[in-house]
Amino acid sequence: MESLVRARGLVKRFGTHTAVDGIDVDIAPGESFGFLGPNGAGKSTTMRMVGAVSPPTAGELRILGMDPAVDGPAIRARLGVVPQTDNLDLELTVEENLLVYGRYFGLPRATVRERTAELLDFVQLTDRAKDRVEPLSGGMKRRVTIARALVNEPDVVLLDEPTTGLDPQARHVLWERLYRLKQRGVTLVLTTHYMDEAEQLCDRLVVMDRGRIAAEGSPAELIATWSTREVCELRFPLTEGGAGPAAHADALAPLVARGAAERVEVLPDRLLLYTADGDAALSEVLALGLRPLSSLVRRSSLEDVFLRLTGRTLVD
Amino acid sequence: MVPSPAARSFLAQRLTAHRHFWRSSALGSVLEPVLFLAAMGLTLGSLVDRGPGVPGGVGYLAFLAPGLLVAAAMQTATGESSYPVLGALKWDRLYDAVLATPARPVDVLTGHLLYVAFRVTTSAAAFLVVLVLFGAAASPLVVLALPVALLTGLAFAAPVTAMAARLEEDAAFAALQRFLIVPMFLFSGTFFPVTQLPVALEWFAYATPLWHGVALARDLALGAAEAGSALLHLGYLALWTVAGTWLAARALQRRLVR
Repeated sequence: MESLVRARGLVKRFGTHTAVDGIDVDIAPGESFGFLGPNGAGKSTTMRMVGAVSPPTAGELRILGMDPAVDGPAIRARLGVVPQTDNLDLELTVEENLLVYGRYFGLPRATVRERTAELLDFVQLTDRAKDRVEPLSGGMKRRVTIARALVNEPDVVLLDEPTTGLDPQARHVLWERLYRLKQRGVTLVLTTHYMDEAEQLCDRLVVMDRGRIAAEGSPAELIATWSTREVCELRFPLTEGGAGPAAHADALAPLVARGAAERVEVLPDRLLLYTADGDAALSEVLALGLRPLSSLVRRSSLEDVFLRLTGRTLVD
Repeated sequence: MVPSPAARSFLAQRLTAHRHFWRSSALGSVLEPVLFLAAMGLTLGSLVDRGPGVPGGVGYLAFLAPGLLVAAAMQTATGESSYPVLGALKWDRLYDAVLATPARPVDVLTGHLLYVAFRVTTSAAAFLVVLVLFGAAASPLVVLALPVALLTGLAFAAPVTAMAARLEEDAAFAALQRFLIVPMFLFSGTFFPVTQLPVALEWFAYATPLWHGVALARDLALGAAEAGSALLHLGYLALWTVAGTWLAARALQRRLVR
């Protein structure tokens, strides 16, 4: 089947700054595709190009089989966009936000009215339909924005950091709704700097760093390729002006030499021991006479993949 | 020229918002002419009429009212095209939301100007009612001040929108108000004939779009309009509208499609 989004050597420059530096992307119909990366990696810029509102500087981009430079309005007619910052009309009610938005897509009034009722039900805001948007909580505003993005029954929904700034409960409500959309066969394209979000929602993702794609695959594939099964985290006291956890890194070298751990990552506040068996590795650390303040054995996550690929953590 | 469906959708969005505050906006549209016509027209006017009076052989109130109606249109149009436009670009990001639909920047601009036209026309109509109630209408021709107010409004709305589309900060709007709009309001023939001004300032007044709007509305209202000067006034206002619209379209395109 043809890709819904296809990019080859896609570049976006603002003056001398290169925000997106030659990326290749293919997104299949029905897929949930994620761009994972820290702030400034070029995720939002990529989303704006895919949203047919920002013309690429160079490279090839086809969205829904069309060229955004020529068919921008026709492409946008079939997209749903949830931007990073909510841009609802704060002078309108929840319901009116959807009603006026539907008109831009040339939909008959009755259709928009019907869909607005359905969508407000879908995002669980029917009881707030007549309320003004302004005083709503962040999570509710986000849900209104998502409902608005669905008013034209889009083929592809673009979500730029859908849950950034929301409390954990609101995030879970949102994830559950997005998961339902995905089950209905809607193609989701999202950006995030939360690995748990990427793991929850994405079938496939690319890790972006400094405008480039550092790795690509399903969350499980990426972890299998770029990390170990488990991670043993060791926290050491931070000494004023001292080396901190780094001082203990050398002491762990024998573990790596013996194959009990694959590698050691040094973070400012802790050491990460990458290993197939975290508990066994921890026992050996203690056997070496090291006394960390605290320790934690966990499964590898996309955060570890990112750390491995870029040497930096996702959320700084 | 029929506005695109997207431009009409934008107008519909703004009108939907307007429905929520039309009462306060209507109150302002009535109260302002009442205050001005009472203070300047009646009180000051009685003094003027006891002296040499104003040209045209009419009372001061009849002289003042059509000009004031047009000057109010300038204020409304400028107000609607300054903070709200910058706000929609920068603070609420309303235009970004609209551009995620099939709409283009030019549709946003057209819809915005249609909304300003609506605001100016309804406010001017309210003004006209007050004007008549004050007995400030020298003849039924005063109704012709309405289309002049509309065109004058657009002659301000378009360039002010162009300005707003280039701004990052709103401080420039205060300067616009202080150094251009208020001086124009006071010295462009609304309250007294510009022939009263020193020659240099008189020519400056002729260069302002407001003077042309005020002069045309007054000539029409007092039945003193001549085809030649009327066309000149119309042409000058149209020039500001067209040039301003072109600049605004360019600025919005640059700002929104990056």
